Amino acid sequence: MTVDILDRPDTDVSGDEQQVLVTLTVADQLCGVPVLAVRDILGEQAITRIPLAPPEIAGSLNLRGRIVTAIDLRRRLHLPPAPPNQPRMSVVAEQGGELYALLVDGVSEVLSLDANQFERNPPTLEKTWATFSTGIFRLDGRLLVVLDVSKLLALADEG
Amino acid sequence: MDDLLSDFLTETNESLATLDVALVTLERTPDDAETLSGIFRLVHTIKGTCGFLGLPRLEHVAHAGENVLGKLRDKTLAVTPAIVSLILAAIDRIKAIVAALAETGAEPAGDDCELIAALNAAAANETPAAKPAAKAPEPAPLAEAAPPPEPKAAAAEPAPAAATAPQTAQTIRVTVDVLEDLMTLVSELVLTRNQLLQLARTQDNSPFSVPLQRLSHITSDLQEGVMKTRMQPIGNAWNKLPRLVRDLSHEMGKKIELVMLGADTELDRQVLEMIKDPLTHMVRNSGDHGLESPADRRAAGKPETGTITLNAFHEGGHIILEISDDGRGLPVDRIRAKALASGLATEAELAAMTGGQIERFIFRAGFSTATTVSAVSGRGVGMDVVKTNIEKIGGTIDLKSTSGQGTMFIVKIPLTLAIVSALIVEASKERFAIPQISVVELVRARRDPENTGTAGESLIERINDTPVLRLRNRLLPLVSLTELLQLGVEETAGGAAHVVVAQVGQHMMGIIVDRVFDTEEIVVKPVAPILRHVTMFSGNTILGDGSVIMILDPNGIARGTGVGAGSESRLMQSARIDTQTSADQTAMLLFRAGGSQRMGVPLGLVARLEDIPRDKIEFSGGATVTQYRGKLMPLIAIDGGNGNDQPTQPLLVFAEGDRIMGLMVDEIIDVVDDKLDIELAASQPGLLGTAVIGGAATDVLDTGYWLTRAWQDWFRGVPGKGAEAGQKHVLMVDDSDFFRQLMVPALGAAGFRVTAVSSAAEALRLRDAGKRFDAIVSDIEMPNMDGLHFARTIRAGGPWAEVPLIALTAHDGLEHAEAGRQAGFTDYVAKFEREALVATLRNSLAELAAA
Repeated sequence: MTVDILDRPDTDVSGDEQQVLVTLTVADQLCGVPVLAVRDILGEQAITRIPLAPPEIAGSLNLRGRIVTAIDLRRRLHLPPAPPNQPRMSVVAEQGGELYALLVDGVSEVLSLDANQFERNPPTLEKTWATFSTGIFRLDGRLLVVLDVSKLLALADEG
Repeated sequence: MDDLLSDFLTETNESLATLDVALVTLERTPDDAETLSGIFRLVHTIKGTCGFLGLPRLEHVAHAGENVLGKLRDKTLAVTPAIVSLILAAIDRIKAIVAALAETGAEPAGDDCELIAALNAAAANETPAAKPAAKAPEPAPLAEAAPPPEPKAAAAEPAPAAATAPQTAQTIRVTVDVLEDLMTLVSELVLTRNQLLQLARTQDNSPFSVPLQRLSHITSDLQEGVMKTRMQPIGNAWNKLPRLVRDLSHEMGKKIELVMLGADTELDRQVLEMIKDPLTHMVRNSGDHGLESPADRRAAGKPETGTITLNAFHEGGHIILEISDDGRGLPVDRIRAKALASGLATEAELAAMTGGQIERFIFRAGFSTATTVSAVSGRGVGMDVVKTNIEKIGGTIDLKSTSGQGTMFIVKIPLTLAIVSALIVEASKERFAIPQISVVELVRARRDPENTGTAGESLIERINDTPVLRLRNRLLPLVSLTELLQLGVEETAGGAAHVVVAQVGQHMMGIIVDRVFDTEEIVVKPVAPILRHVTMFSGNTILGDGSVIMILDPNGIARGTGVGAGSESRLMQSARIDTQTSADQTAMLLFRAGGSQRMGVPLGLVARLEDIPRDKIEFSGGATVTQYRGKLMPLIAIDGGNGNDQPTQPLLVFAEGDRIMGLMVDEIIDVVDDKLDIELAASQPGLLGTAVIGGAATDVLDTGYWLTRAWQDWFRGVPGKGAEAGQKHVLMVDDSDFFRQLMVPALGAAGFRVTAVSSAAEALRLRDAGKRFDAIVSDIEMPNMDGLHFARTIRAGGPWAEVPLIALTAHDGLEHAEAGRQAGFTDYVAKFEREALVATLRNSLAELAAA
């Protein structure tokens, strides 16, 4: 395991006693984002498509007078598109003074999880997921992938 | 205290606070060139401004301080603690003077010789000797600064009674963030209000309806108020300039006139603040470097008074600011020499550069060609600072200079926060906003050649899949929004489409959309950083219904599709310039009048078509009149009668300025595009002649004749004579659309080929584009460059120097004629005397041929 730790720099997760995560599902995978990174949870929204934008960008929406860029999490994680007519929810996060909405299939609850349930990414994890995941929580009967919001939003840097 | 002074104090206090910090930083990191330049600029600004406000003490101290800082910046002097203390002493002195100024409105008495001497000594590189001298003056400012605080307490009471009190209460500084938040809240409030109103509409007799109405009004007012807080007319940034120019002209011994156009162009206040200083600097530069002394101007054949023109306007989602002078132009040779001397470019590089590229060296840091350092400008802080400041707000600056004719700086500022009116359009079921400012017109068109559609619809034609539209006998390049934005399938139902004709710089293009909605006032918000690379959009916004909409950037679209680059642009440009060549097609309005004659008049001359009830026609003082838009409009019938016997009377309404007249006709037939080529001269007054239009002989109406019938002073019209002249090409320069529309066919009827332009500048562009004319007819009174100036410019050299030049003016008089001849006009004709003009043109051309 030492090798693993050397391979990947420490994340803020290790050492924390408890982590509070907002849990969400995308393509039946349970994921979590740190509750402090979340500004709003929105239900189904009218989204204006932005032509010529990168495919991950679903469009923009109006959140109380502010324009929020919506990112389709399925596309971002290279997952198949959501079935049509499936209502989607948004997790709003802020980065660099701009608001972004992550489109997910559903948002369930806020969980407070012990650090001893936490594991680093298995080295075999698929590359896309490994990029955006900071680690895995072992829950009863399910695994929860902790997503790195700032990496998810760092679309511009990838060109 | 006047506004200038209080503004100066606010600014200076802010600068001084920055200076303290910067100087301390400098002491710690003496090699930090950026901090040093920053300090230098601040002191330079203080010096420059107080020079104009007549604050000699402050100016001298700042000037001496600036000298030292200049040496430090150029690294001819090392940054030592002694020098920093010396500069701090100077700053302290400035502070003391400023503090006293704030209280009394005048500079306190005092002597700064010692401090200035110490600074000068330091500048002369006598640093060690200066150190004790630096210490000495320090008690002095303290001693000076001390007295003011004492009277302050006492003076504070009487002062408010004086003029100073209201000034302080009139403005408060609010950070833009606060305004931004307010704006967001108000937008939210508006949306909530709209939802409430929607709900209330479904209920009859709701007890909420009345308070809701009030809430609605208050919300609207609030929204308007908050919007207003952010917008200011650019004139606010200009109001210091007349004084500045006046003082400058005194100081420099030059005669300068400042012309300000478009002062009501609204700018976001943040942008406004940012351009104030660069603007001041550029105006100062124009006065100092650009304009020549009266003697030089006389020698160059220009009026003694030089003109600095400021012009602001919206263009394609930007605000364009032009600062131009009619001075000597940029000294390309000196710039080249300086660039070489300072190692900015090699001789070989310079040899390969165009004049324009060399001129742009003035935007490099530390570049100044002024050989002497004056109190006004010429220290090498200059255009580079201006450029930096403008680029800071995302703007661009460019220049145009013609030797002997002047220099123009063109500043383009984006309207990141500005509120604009936008046209909402739809393509493939998605809505977009196009800034109204770049929309020239809307044209209905059809896509399907099979479907004939309704009359008046043009067909979108394709050249190898590239869509184009025939618009008034020009090919307009088209861009399909659906294709451009890859929206998917184009809506083909019915084949109908709309073409939004947009102007981008000098170019025109059409954007094909499916539907056109209303216009809406929108607040432009920048797009998210991850979308910055999509150049088709200038921003996004939230509409009244709460939906997000992307704002199209016509500039980006043009760039993305190649309009404005390469051959296509040349094609459109020449099409634009030649629009009014008489050999081209003209839209003609065909009608019947005076029995059953088929008559035509250029559509451009007709202001409106009306159909008025017969009983609205009244007789007054022997004339036929009707009440039209709150005025009496004279009515003239072509056959001299009282019109037809139908219940309604069709009218062609002609208008110029506030004068209107109605021409009674029997029936309006059609509008056709055809070549207006008058083949037979008229045999009766009121007609120019006969032409074949739309396949049938048509009498072409002489509008001038009928206008004179209605208004004796409109102008005296004489019908033109059909003539044989061998198609001489005449350039007509006149700012009045109406006059141009009138003269092009009239001169065409007399056998000339006419190209008409609306300004001297446009004419000069034609000259520079290599166009040749046999004669030029120019109006004298025109905005910007008048006819006399235009004549001098032409005569000063270039391909048109020998072309016969005929002046037109409403002024009749010998002295005017003389002024015209001196400026270089060949002849002089009173405006509206068509016959005289034709005769003069023939004479001039004959003389030329004989010579």
